[in-house]
Amino acid sequence: MGKVIEKFKAKFAGTIVHSHEEKGDETIVVDRGAIREVLRHAKQDEDLRFDLFLDVCGVDYLGRDPRFEVVYHLYSIPLNHRIRIKVPVPESEPSLPTCVDLWKAADWFERETFDMMGIVFEGHPNLKRLLLFEGFEGHPLRKDYPINQRQKIPEPLETP
Amino acid sequence: MWPMPFGTACCAIEFMGAVDSVFDISRFGAELVRFSPRQADLLLVLGTINYKQAPVLKKVYEQMCEPKWVVAVGACASSGGFYDNYSVVQGIDEVIPVDVYVPGCPPRPESILLSVMRLQEKLSRDAKEGKKA
Repeated sequence: MGKVIEKFKAKFAGTIVHSHEEKGDETIVVDRGAIREVLRHAKQDEDLRFDLFLDVCGVDYLGRDPRFEVVYHLYSIPLNHRIRIKVPVPESEPSLPTCVDLWKAADWFERETFDMMGIVFEGHPNLKRLLLFEGFEGHPLRKDYPINQRQKIPEPLETP
Repeated sequence: MWPMPFGTACCAIEFMGAVDSVFDISRFGAELVRFSPRQADLLLVLGTINYKQAPVLKKVYEQMCEPKWVVAVGACASSGGFYDNYSVVQGIDEVIPVDVYVPGCPPRPESILLSVMRLQEKLSRDAKEGKKA
């Protein structure tokens, strides 16, 4: 079993739903209610010290009951280890607490996840669309968005 | 015919090839590449135009003075190219009127030279027929 997973399990044995390791990549699957604590512990604990936030993204498993899964990738520069943290998120309540106060880098990644998948991050200071234009309707990387659906072309902004 | 390259993607590199000394575009009168729409009369749209970029393109086109012409260079500007998806405008003629379409992904620099030649032929035809730009 991976070393990092052991360190997480020492504190959060109850809330880690599942964990596995494959060829050196360690993954843990965590409950939605506990994710904020897990991420805070990952950043602040002396043995873990995950100070580099690499990515947050969403995955759409259309047809499965917690439809979305949000995946965090973290890396520790002083200790040189990585972890992937997955959180299943249901379609009825597609939201998670933000981790912008822990890692500033999470800001744009959470905006991108909101833009493409529609997962709302509560407490985010500026949750607007990042890659698509503001009037875009829908969330394109969801599996039920038709690939070649067109949008209305936006008008140029009026400058004073 | 002073071009303004509105280069967003790979076709802009082909345009750079067309203006260099090997495939000289200045032979056809398009030597002075102006990077401001107010000083140019030919808008070369080189590359993919997204929905987010489309109002920018429209604004740049509106800032050019009459008479003005537009060449859609490459597959993405002509028709969306191979990006049949949620974010690419399928052809800039949905946003601005186009005079010449250049196929290719990317087109050879000689195709860009041919587009300038065709545009000049079109202008002399239109002038004979009395059409305005």
